[in-house]
Amino acid sequence: MDYFLELFLGGLTRGSIYALIALGYTMVYGIIELINFAHGEIYMIGAFTGLIVISVLTLLGWNTVAIIVIASLVAMIYSAAYGFTIEKIAYKPLRGSQRLSALISAIGMSLFLQNYVLLAQTSNFLPFPNLVPDFKFMQPFENIVRSTEIVIYVITALVMVFLTFLIKFTRMGKAMRAVAQDRDMAMLVGVDVNRVISFTFIIGSSIAALGGVLVSSHIGQVNYYVGFIAGIKAFVAAVLGGIGSMPGAVLGSLVLGWTESFFTGYISSDYEDVFAFIFLVLILIFRPAGILGRSDTDKV
Amino acid sequence: MMTFQEIKKSLLTALWFMFLTFPIMVIKVNTIEKTIEWRWWRMAGIGLGIFFLSFLWRYLIRRKEAGKKKAEIAGEETMPLAQRLLSNPRFYMPGMVATIVMVVAFPFVFSLYQTNIMITALIYVVVGLGLNIVVGLAGLLDLGYVAFYAVGAYSYALLNVHYGVTFWMALPIGAALGFLFGILLGFPVLRLRGDYLAIVTLGFGEIIRLVLENWNAFSFGPSGIANIPKPGLFGLDLNLHQSTIFIYFLMIGLALMTIFVVRRLQDSRIGRAWIALREDEVACQAMGIDKTRTKLSAFALGATWAGMGGVVFAAKTTFINPTSFTIWESIIILCVVVLGGMGSILGVIVGALILILLPEYLRTFSEFRMLIFGVILVMMMVFRPGGIISDVRRTYKFEGLGRKAKDRSE
Amino acid sequence: MQKYFGKFFVWVAALALAGVFLYGCPQQEEEKAEATAPAATPAPAAAGPIKLGVAGAHSGDLASYGIPTVRAAQLVVKQRNAMNGVAGRQVEVLVEDDVCKPEVATNTATKLVTDEADVVVGHICSGATKAALGIYKESGIIAMSPSATNPALTQSGDYPNFYRTIASDDAQARLQVDFALDKLGLTKLAVLHDKGDYGKGLAEFAKGFLEADERAEVVLYEGITPGAVDYSAVVQKVKRSGAEAVIFGGYHPEASKIVTQMRKKGMDTIFISDDGVKDVTFIKVAGEFAEGVYATGPVDTSKNPMAIEAIEAHKQEFGEDPGAFYLNAFAATLALLNAIEKSGSTDFDAITQALRSEWVATPLGIIKFDERGDAIGVGFAVYQVQGGNFASIEL
Repeated sequence: MDYFLELFLGGLTRGSIYALIALGYTMVYGIIELINFAHGEIYMIGAFTGLIVISVLTLLGWNTVAIIVIASLVAMIYSAAYGFTIEKIAYKPLRGSQRLSALISAIGMSLFLQNYVLLAQTSNFLPFPNLVPDFKFMQPFENIVRSTEIVIYVITALVMVFLTFLIKFTRMGKAMRAVAQDRDMAMLVGVDVNRVISFTFIIGSSIAALGGVLVSSHIGQVNYYVGFIAGIKAFVAAVLGGIGSMPGAVLGSLVLGWTESFFTGYISSDYEDVFAFIFLVLILIFRPAGILGRSDTDKV
Repeated sequence: MMTFQEIKKSLLTALWFMFLTFPIMVIKVNTIEKTIEWRWWRMAGIGLGIFFLSFLWRYLIRRKEAGKKKAEIAGEETMPLAQRLLSNPRFYMPGMVATIVMVVAFPFVFSLYQTNIMITALIYVVVGLGLNIVVGLAGLLDLGYVAFYAVGAYSYALLNVHYGVTFWMALPIGAALGFLFGILLGFPVLRLRGDYLAIVTLGFGEIIRLVLENWNAFSFGPSGIANIPKPGLFGLDLNLHQSTIFIYFLMIGLALMTIFVVRRLQDSRIGRAWIALREDEVACQAMGIDKTRTKLSAFALGATWAGMGGVVFAAKTTFINPTSFTIWESIIILCVVVLGGMGSILGVIVGALILILLPEYLRTFSEFRMLIFGVILVMMMVFRPGGIISDVRRTYKFEGLGRKAKDRSE
Repeated sequence: MQKYFGKFFVWVAALALAGVFLYGCPQQEEEKAEATAPAATPAPAAAGPIKLGVAGAHSGDLASYGIPTVRAAQLVVKQRNAMNGVAGRQVEVLVEDDVCKPEVATNTATKLVTDEADVVVGHICSGATKAALGIYKESGIIAMSPSATNPALTQSGDYPNFYRTIASDDAQARLQVDFALDKLGLTKLAVLHDKGDYGKGLAEFAKGFLEADERAEVVLYEGITPGAVDYSAVVQKVKRSGAEAVIFGGYHPEASKIVTQMRKKGMDTIFISDDGVKDVTFIKVAGEFAEGVYATGPVDTSKNPMAIEAIEAHKQEFGEDPGAFYLNAFAATLALLNAIEKSGSTDFDAITQALRSEWVATPLGIIKFDERGDAIGVGFAVYQVQGGNFASIEL
């Protein structure tokens, strides 16, 4: 039973990490139906910015709590700025043309950002300090779950609640839903579509940055390539849950995390990804729009 | 119009980018001496660069917008230059002759390296044309196309290692296996569409790669298979140069065959069915087209070319391992199709040449190679979202014979 | 639209033309020049610079392992050029990226051949190296890899032009297994790898050696997914298998994640790994958790003055610690240049002769090469992380 619990928690950690990236993915997709391949890179840039701020402030001798808060904030601001700018340069001029063009543009952007960080900083892996202190009350459970993991679970849950709230109950959320449903119609009834899309990118990117800082602090290292793999996994998770849906993204991520964890634990990690993908295929065959996705009926 | 407004706009953009690139470009933490390196000159460079680039950017965007409007006012779509040239016999014939001369002379005029990368590009022409059937014609987004490429490559490599099968025997076998896998993978995804289809095909691509990586007894795992023989020419002993030239012409032949077959397919009953499927699935079904068969045939026929391309790939590289068949490869092949212009044969050819040759030519910029490649991808898509040579939609007009004749002569 | 397209087409054409001119023509001329030159003067000694190709992954996911080699080669060449070059000639570095993919490696190789590289340091990955070697072989170019560990490269006899300054997988695995069994007296071991050609190759051998020895058993043999965000499931599995030690084949990013998670879960399982892990970055990333980890690598480089100097030079030039395989690459470049200097020519046979007969002092020790291409004189040792440094262990 212990073993099961440990695998369960391991899967929960993985799932929560995927979820932090998948939430941004699914938001952007929900609004403009774009697979934003550069989202993983935004996550990486968030982690890097966080690391730079931490290093600078540590050298200046600030205290830890201030460093954590400021680093996360700066990382979020910068990632949001990057998301905003990328949308303006690479996606906005492509609105209205075929969707695959925007996908290629996103791939180009992803390639650019990776190499930008590689050239401007370093190709090496950089150590990322552990930001989350070991909580006192966690000590008895230390061998099972660490404070960082707890923080990741909590933040994922908070972010999901926040986003669901944002979309369901605010004016902006209403506008987002309107744009997602029918962009032209939304424009006609007076929704500033450009602003809504920019806002979506800003929120999605800053969540990715938060994820970047947290995850890097959990795994203790960062390099220019971490975004790509994480991004693809997160995208798979978002699709699994039903792309466009916030709870769906989290659920999909958790399901993916648990699948991987239990498969590794009880069978073999050689084929963990194979199994994860087979599982994905099976789910999509029986629920072609993901676990929580609505399947659209065709209008003829 | 260099108004004050314009300058202010550029200035703001420059400032914005200076802010944006500040932490990553300017600050470098030296972890050894625990010092911070402030690279302010970089910030100045970025500011200056962006200031001027933003003028260019706005100018180009304006031109693009203006072009779009003009086209809208003109009403009918004008044919792109290349196509007009092609349809005009006066340019067509000399152009054809020049192309043929260039193609034949290429390996003798240019270096081994040039020929070598040209072979790679030609492989991508073939594979790209295959994917074009799936994505461009049938409108099914396939992100795992590289799986069939891997099937082709490994079928030659493994059959050669175990049974000594030669290249010429492996070529049809690879194609057949590609076809078979196309059907096998096509079945489960019949119900899916759009990005769900994309992600499932991505999954299949990864599954095949991971199996190749893990199943050592079958595929030799990540250490790969070495010493795959190059294609033989009646048992002649070819040196590196000669065999490269031989593969080049072989690929030219294969590419021509692909072009021929794909053209015929496009104009056939099934080709029309694919296009109908792409345009509107429901309407297509309502017209009495068998959706299952159409989709499966698109997958299978597309995969056939990938299988064949894979065989040549294995023969050309002489060594294969699973690293050549990552999702990245699928993305590049997809880029070939989209960048060239979906659905257009000429577009795919141009796309393959650009996408494969560009990173090679960008070697001049050494470490900036992939950075520039990324920028070019974005720029191409922003300024030509329909691809370099967009498919001219075949229109059928019923406006009497006089008009038609006039159209044709144009 | 139309006009725009025309312009665009012209632009593309111009670009293509420029490319052709940039690459095609000069090479053609050079080729011709070369074709006539040997006839006139058989040994054009101080004619032009010696061209040293450096090939490996310089972009993509494995760039972290390829770029240190470029830097090593550049530093060595800079030093040598400052000291009157090699055999009276300056050395020029040609850096070419292969992304660790076999098909790109063949392009890289033909590019280097066309650019008339005299010798090549590279490639980084075994697969890419195998794909490229055939092309070098036909052109009489010698390649020396700092990091390609696949045994077949030297043992199959297919690649007479290949040398390396790193131990092959089987040699390293042998050392690890002997150390684990003889020195540590372990009986239950887990073997993990990262599914790559470097890590899995090593792990396969380690597993084979362990199974052949009746003193120990392999309780777990698994491949982990590189780049994953969390390895707790695998770590739990190791814990449940009751393994006393883990032998890991792969690179330091995964190793540090696994070690960190094992230690955080309160496991004191011994961790033994390879020289993809024996890297300062590993200690920096894993921090306190790195303590006690064993890794195999070239014999004590921390006391070799050349190694210290090489690392210092890197810190001076780039402001950071050198990355993976830096010293191996440094040694490879030195060995190749020395062979050219000693033989006074860039001829295949002459360099081969010199590599096999002339001892050269490198950061890895004083080395030469055997018939198969493996380095003689590079002792391999087991290290343990002690107090934030790799300390060599007496065997």
